Amino acid sequence: MLKEAIDNVLGTAAAYTERQFPQSVVSCTVPRERFVDAAKAMKRAYALLAAEWATDETPFGGGFAVYACYRWGSEYLIVRTEVPVDDPTFPSLTKKYVPAYRFERQIHSLMGLVPAGHPDLRPWIKFEDWPEDSWPLRKTFNASTPLPRVNGEYQWVRAEGEGVYEIPVGPVHAGIIEPGHFRFQAVGEMIVNLEERLGYVHKGIEKRFESFSWQEGVKLAGRVSGDTTVAHSIAYSMAVEAIAQCNIPERAHWLRTLFLERERIANHLGDIGAICNDAAFAFMLYQAMRLKEMLLRTNLELFGHRFIMDRVMPGGVTADIDENGKKEILKELDLLSKDFERLVNIYDENSSLEDRVRDTGILIPERARELCTVGIVARASGLNLDCRLQNPFPPYDRFEVNVPVLISGDVHARAWVRVEEIRESIRIIRFILENIPDGSLSVNIAQPSPDTSGFAAVEGWRGEIIYWVQAGPRGEINRCMVRDPSSVNWLGLEQAIPGNIVPDFPLCNKSFNQSYSGHDL
Amino acid sequence: MIRILRQIFRTGIVTEPLPPAEEEIRVIGGKLEEAIKRRFRGSLTIREVDAGSCNGCELEIHAINNPIYNCERFGIHFTASPRFADMLLVTGPVSRNMEIALRRTYNATPPPKLVVAVGDCGCNGGIFGESYASLGGIDKVIPVDVYIPGCPTTPAALLKGILKAVDGNL
Ligand code: SF4
Repeated sequence: MLKEAIDNVLGTAAAYTERQFPQSVVSCTVPRERFVDAAKAMKRAYALLAAEWATDETPFGGGFAVYACYRWGSEYLIVRTEVPVDDPTFPSLTKKYVPAYRFERQIHSLMGLVPAGHPDLRPWIKFEDWPEDSWPLRKTFNASTPLPRVNGEYQWVRAEGEGVYEIPVGPVHAGIIEPGHFRFQAVGEMIVNLEERLGYVHKGIEKRFESFSWQEGVKLAGRVSGDTTVAHSIAYSMAVEAIAQCNIPERAHWLRTLFLERERIANHLGDIGAICNDAAFAFMLYQAMRLKEMLLRTNLELFGHRFIMDRVMPGGVTADIDENGKKEILKELDLLSKDFERLVNIYDENSSLEDRVRDTGILIPERARELCTVGIVARASGLNLDCRLQNPFPPYDRFEVNVPVLISGDVHARAWVRVEEIRESIRIIRFILENIPDGSLSVNIAQPSPDTSGFAAVEGWRGEIIYWVQAGPRGEINRCMVRDPSSVNWLGLEQAIPGNIVPDFPLCNKSFNQSYSGHDL
Repeated sequence: MIRILRQIFRTGIVTEPLPPAEEEIRVIGGKLEEAIKRRFRGSLTIREVDAGSCNGCELEIHAINNPIYNCERFGIHFTASPRFADMLLVTGPVSRNMEIALRRTYNATPPPKLVVAVGDCGCNGGIFGESYASLGGIDKVIPVDVYIPGCPTTPAALLKGILKAVDGNL
C-alpha cells in the first residue's frame, strides 16, 4: 500500500534498498527536493509519521542523511534523503506532519541540519548554554569532553492580555518524579497555554550507543527509561537480530512476551493508583502499590530482578521459567485478578472520583491522529494502534489480542485503557504459561554486514517503541535511533491541557505519564 | 463506601509480612527509627532529586513509600521543597542540563544537608559514564555523605543507606 503510494507520486525517483532488515520494512532514497512530495504521498495514504531522524554517513564516504518513517496499519516505510556536508539543509515536513515539529528541532539541535521552512528553530534538548556549533551526533564531535557553558536565553512563548499570568514549574518537581519544565499561562484558574521544555535528563544515550558493541548496547537500551526496561531491551534486540539476520528460538520469544506483559501490568497498576491519588483518592494508590509490589517480588524470586532488567539480549533471553515458577505465577495472578476486580468496582462506583477524571484533559481523536500519538494515549483517543496486533511476534500471532479503544480522550479513558489492558495481560500470561514451547533460550548473533540497517517496533506499556540501527563500515554501530512513545506523546499532553484548571494539571499529567528520560535520551 | 471499607479490612495491615528474608528490614527499620528519634526528633525529611536518572531508581524510592515498606512509620517523610529537607536523596548521573538545578537545590537546603547518592549512576555515572552530556556521579557536583550502589538499588538497600547517613556508624 505505502510503497504503491510512493511509486505513484515519485516513480523512478525513489530508489529502493535491499540493505534494510527486516525486508518487510520498505526503505527508499529520494532526491532532497522530493522529500516533501514523499510526505505528501504518505499523508494522502493516511499514513502516520512514526519517526524522523538524521544520520552522519561520512564514515561511508557520504554526507548526512535524513530519514522519515511512516506507518499505516501493519506497514512501515522509511524514506531517506541525502544531505551534503557543505549544504546541511533539508526540506521540513512540518507542513504535512505536526510531530515533525519536534523531531526536526531535535535533528537541528543535535545533528546541525537545518530543516528549511520549519517555523520554530529554538534548540530542543540542547540547552541555550551549549555552544551553538556543538552537534553531538556528528562524527566529528568529541563526545568524551565536557562542553563549556555559554550565555544564551530561551525564548518562551508568551501570552499577553489583562489578567494573564504565568506559572513556571520545574525542573525539580514537588513529587518523586523526573525533571522537566512546564510553563503555564493562565487566566484565573483556567490554563490558556502550556509550554513544555524537556531535555533536562539528556544523557547522550544515542551517541553512547556508538561506542558500544552490539551486545553491550542492550544494557544501555534497558536503561533508556527504567520503567520500560523490558520493552526497550526487546526492541533493541529485535533490531539487532533483524540486521544480523538471525532467528531466535521460539521459547525465547515467549519468555520475552511473558516479561513484557508483566512489565505492562506492574506499570499500569502503579499508574491507576497514581491517577486516583492525584484526584485525592489515596486508598487506590496504596492498594495498587501493594499489588505492584507483589509482582515485583515474584519477578525477583523467579527471574532474579525486580524489573526483569538485563534478562533480554540480542539472540534470546537469559532467564527461564520452570514448572514451579509457572505455578507461582498462576497463584499470584489469581490473587491479583481477584483484588484488582474489586478495586475496579470501587473505582467505577466512586462518584467523586468520576467527577474529577471524566471530561478532564481531553485529547480529541482528530488531534491525537494529527499528532501521530501512540500507545495508551492514542487508544484512549480513538486510534486503534497496537504493535501486538499489527506487528506481532510470537506468541502474539497465536491469539487475538483484545485492544481496548475508547474515544472520550479524557483522564478516565486513559485510566480505563489501562484497566482493560491489565485484564488482557493477565489472560495472555495465563496462555503463555500453558502453552510455552520447549527449546533453547538463545542463539549466537553474527556481526552485521557493513552499511545495513535494522528496524524493530515493540509495544511497550506506554506504546510503540522503535529502534533503528545502522552498521558502519566495519560492521560496528554507526547509529542507533531510539524513539520512545514519549517522543510523540508529550505533544499530546501539551494539546490536552488548555481549557483545564491549574489544579487538574497533575492529574492530567499522571494520566499521560510519559517518560522524561525516554524522551531526552 | 462499604466496598472501600471492606477492601481495607480484607487487606488488613500488609506492612511487613516478614518472611525470614524480610526480617532484615524490620531490624534496619528499628535502628532507623531509633536514630531518627535521636538525631531528628523523630522526623527525617527528605527531598528527592532526579539529576538525570533513567527513572529506574525512582521506582524503588516510590517503593519504600508503599504500604509494604512504609518508611513513614520510621519517621521518614518526603517533602516537596528542599527548604524543609534534612536530606537530599539524589539519583542518576548528573546530566549537564540538570547540574545547575541540582546545585540550586543543594544551596536551598538548610544544614545538616545530608546527601545520599542513589544507584550505580549516582555513585559513579553508571553505564552513562562521563561525557559531553553526563558529568558522572553526584559527587562531581555536590558533596556526598553516603553512596548506595545498585541498578536500581533495592528498597532494603535504600533504607540501609538512609540509616547510615543518619546514624553514621553501621
Ligand atoms: S542506577 Fe540503574 S536504575 Fe538507577 S538511574 Fe542508573 S541506570 Fe537507572
